[in-house]
Amino acid sequence: MSLFPNQFDYARATSVDDAVQQLNFDTKVLAGGHSLIPALKLRLSFPEKLVDIGQIPELKGISANGSLRIGATTTHAEIAASSDVQAMCAALASACGQVGDPAVRNFGTLGGNVAHADPASDPPTVLVACDATIHLQSTSGSRSVKATDFFIDLFTTELMDGELVTAVEIPNMSGYKMAYAKLHHPASRYALVGVCVVLGMDANMCSSASIAVGGATVNAVKCHSAEAVLVGKEINNDTINAAAEAVMSDISDRVLGDAIYPEDYRQAMAGVYLKRAVKAALA
Amino acid sequence: MVFGKAIKRREDPRLITGEARYLEDLKMQGLAAVAILRSPYAHAKILSIDTSAAEAMDGVIGVFTGKDFEDLNPLPVAWQITGTENFVNPPRALAIDKVTFTGCGVAAVVAENRYIAEDALEQIVVEYEELPVVVDAEKATHADSPQIFENAANNVCMDWSIGDADGTEQALNSADRVITHRIRNQRVIPNPMETRGCAAMYQPMTGEYTVWMTSQAPHVMRLLMTAFVFGIDEMKMRVISPQIGGGFGAKIFLYPEYVLVTALSKKVKRPVKWMETRTENFIATTHGRDHISDVEVGVKNDGTVTGLRVKTYANLGGATSTIAPGIPTTLYARMLSGPYKIENIHAQVLGVYTNTSMVDAYRGAGRPEATYLLERTMNIIADELGLDPVDVRRKNLIESDQFPYDPKILAGLKYDSGNYKVALNRAIEMVDYDGFRQEQAAARADERYLGIGFSSYIEMCGVAPSAWIGMQGEGWGAGLWESANIRVHLTGKVAVTSGSQNHGQGHETTTAQIVANELGIPVEDVLVQHSDTQGTPFGYGSYGSRTASVGQVAVYNSLQRIKKKAKALGAHMLEAAADDVEFVDGKVFVKGSPDNAKTIQEIAGAAALGYDLPEGMEPFLDDTAYYDPPNCTYPFGTHICVVEVMPDSGEVKILRYVAVDDVGKVINPMIVDGQLHGGIAQGVGQALVEGAVYDDSGQLISGSFLDYTMPRADLFPNFELERTETPSPTNPLGVKGAGEAGTIASTPAVVNAVVDALSPMGIKDVAMPMTPYRVWKTIQDAQSNGGGH
Repeated sequence: MSLFPNQFDYARATSVDDAVQQLNFDTKVLAGGHSLIPALKLRLSFPEKLVDIGQIPELKGISANGSLRIGATTTHAEIAASSDVQAMCAALASACGQVGDPAVRNFGTLGGNVAHADPASDPPTVLVACDATIHLQSTSGSRSVKATDFFIDLFTTELMDGELVTAVEIPNMSGYKMAYAKLHHPASRYALVGVCVVLGMDANMCSSASIAVGGATVNAVKCHSAEAVLVGKEINNDTINAAAEAVMSDISDRVLGDAIYPEDYRQAMAGVYLKRAVKAALA
Repeated sequence: MVFGKAIKRREDPRLITGEARYLEDLKMQGLAAVAILRSPYAHAKILSIDTSAAEAMDGVIGVFTGKDFEDLNPLPVAWQITGTENFVNPPRALAIDKVTFTGCGVAAVVAENRYIAEDALEQIVVEYEELPVVVDAEKATHADSPQIFENAANNVCMDWSIGDADGTEQALNSADRVITHRIRNQRVIPNPMETRGCAAMYQPMTGEYTVWMTSQAPHVMRLLMTAFVFGIDEMKMRVISPQIGGGFGAKIFLYPEYVLVTALSKKVKRPVKWMETRTENFIATTHGRDHISDVEVGVKNDGTVTGLRVKTYANLGGATSTIAPGIPTTLYARMLSGPYKIENIHAQVLGVYTNTSMVDAYRGAGRPEATYLLERTMNIIADELGLDPVDVRRKNLIESDQFPYDPKILAGLKYDSGNYKVALNRAIEMVDYDGFRQEQAAARADERYLGIGFSSYIEMCGVAPSAWIGMQGEGWGAGLWESANIRVHLTGKVAVTSGSQNHGQGHETTTAQIVANELGIPVEDVLVQHSDTQGTPFGYGSYGSRTASVGQVAVYNSLQRIKKKAKALGAHMLEAAADDVEFVDGKVFVKGSPDNAKTIQEIAGAAALGYDLPEGMEPFLDDTAYYDPPNCTYPFGTHICVVEVMPDSGEVKILRYVAVDDVGKVINPMIVDGQLHGGIAQGVGQALVEGAVYDDSGQLISGSFLDYTMPRADLFPNFELERTETPSPTNPLGVKGAGEAGTIASTPAVVNAVVDALSPMGIKDVAMPMTPYRVWKTIQDAQSNGGGH
């Protein structure tokens, strides 16, 4: 009921090492705050302490050296506007440009987004489709987890207590046709369905396909049977329709719903938006 | 002539720059914060409340429960509809034994700040015994449903009927066709930008309360609080409405929190403030609409409507709000003739309690529900008879030479003036109806689904006269006149105080335009003050599009007396006879000699100095007028919406929105356009996206902006608006009112358009809100039924 958070301590970390020193079971990492602050205000989250990573230089920015490396506190707006991201992973720029509204995109960060793992979020769907890697660090060292393994369930990831997302790394996808297509919830603007398709094309023939669906599902789901439908085939209405059917079955045991937008609708829309994503990718 | 000019609103600079002072900006020495513990259950007995842990916390000033306010009366129900018994169950400051909806207040904490108060709420332990719940109004009337109140059998607050039952029965029996259908007008949540709030300060030495509240009607709040709840002299309370961030009706009413906060200021001997959170606003502020109606309409084969019988279940929620019984009765059922000649009408309205938030007036209040029912019915008639929906409307619209028109169910009032077909024809011309039908046919060949929807409406504004609406008439427990005081200061600057209340309508601008126009002075020379019971004459406040047609007529009438006195004094100054002079553009001069004139400023100066006045004349130009209109006013028009529906996803895109409205004489066209834009957006919001959703246990599922969709700019094309101007003969300004027209007209236009788009699939109705899911599901169901029907 409340829009007034419980009392908490606040510390601004000066470096990644400083931040991870302060992290434990009773702390929360504050990045853009656009998911965390509402949760605090609603008293759904009541940490003893917030560790603010917003001023750590090494977590900021985008570098493009063969692959894209996006620092954890890079905002959605910065990613959407980045010419490197637009060139090397256009679907991620598109997805980040569709997160929330301008205020959310100017504050919300990619690291915070993946750590929070809201099922209705846009970027994880693209990261799963693009076989991205999430870089993590804790006092005991650093490790890397594939996006396909990182997102486990609703608000649940491989991230452990005391661990910080430091960067997201994405292969250079510039050789692929790709798109992210989203049906937004009219109220929240979160994805009711978000579909990312990455297609390797040899003239009209599909040589490779990677497809992920989010929003409709508890976490971003890789759609293997839909991919199989397309690979080695010409992309036409028949194959697109078959892939749409396959997407619906790929996500069938992971579909979310509520009283206003039930499961059957979201599942069907995954198929509809798969078609729109394929057409957008090839346009 | 500044009357009729599109001058910019004088309110806007302070609103745009953030200079305006809202309730939340109010700071005071010693101000303590109030937080309210609300019931998590929709229907439960309160067995015990343990406040001891909360009371022991640092910074907590006091913790209170319903029992602490047993000496205060329940809130009054100011409108109980005549003609039937009203089994009212108004709320108290806090619930005592039982809660009847989720969000009902059960305890309150006063603390040094709101954070401490919220922490303390978590320490209060309430033991409830859950009771069975009902949320649907029709179901609530069934004998096996949970009984919410002892005095309301089958949960019926009032069972009220109007019209000619026998005549309607005969009309239906002799009709060529009788078409029956069920219309649902779903519950919506007003969601003004600013939530509600209240602050109060009690001065023990004088026994006086000063109360700041987010109210559209501060004088009425003082009356209801002092006379009915506290039982104190009205002079012991001053009510101030600071800048109000939108109301849409939801800020008309006396709420439990206002009583609670006022009483707490005395209990803790500190000024206190409660500001509603958005989460609270969703459940503790009144909701709107929520009707289920069964409609039987008798028609001739040519589309002429001969009889209309309606039975409506109006959901009132889990307590009786201030004027709730009057909304689905006087303001809804009495409007069921709409702009049409319908000889025989009978309506039965059941006001029903359910375990949901209270329902009361929301922008349009009853008139949108009536218009939605009629405009859907006109389309259903056209569909059943295979006629064009425009032709069915033309066949039934009241003709221009039939005014004043008596719709017979309006308890003696008559529609004042109208040119309904002129507005319809112009709107059809603007939209190029024939051209659209061709475009629609071509699009269907490409499997694109375009649709067009019409809505012809009337509204009833400036609800009055007092003798008609009041206790002996419709049961409103007061009059509905308005007041204005005009003072022309020594320099010729004018101060207007009025009982009207401005919360977004631009009254400060339009009132200044009327004054400037009448006195021939610059509009900048007019100061308009309102919203404080100290220093303004009594008024009933602003709602129901009544300020132009009632409050500003009081301003106008007062100005006529000011002018008469100025003329007499000007004649004296010119050494002429009063009958020989005239008042033109702010100057008094002997007829035919305008060059030798006394200006209003000179006359005001002479009146204020007062040492050389005609014999018997009092000093100063000062007048107070009270205006009680002889009738309501009846704006009208036609709105047309053009949509495209995406059949695979159910998404609806509005391609065009055309409207021709007639609100009588227009004081400021820019303000009327703004009212229409906002009103249309709210009505479209109901059609497409807005809807309160309760689960079976009475929990509001759509309880935040994550799930409850408000209309946004990207939902709309540019509106194409025109106006016709048929002055109201009811008042000397010729004005009718414009605050609600857009909301009333737009909802059915959109629904009719979507149904038209989907008609090739055999679809005859789509339930509101027509979310992508709803539209998709309707299409799926139609396809699985082999093409619908």
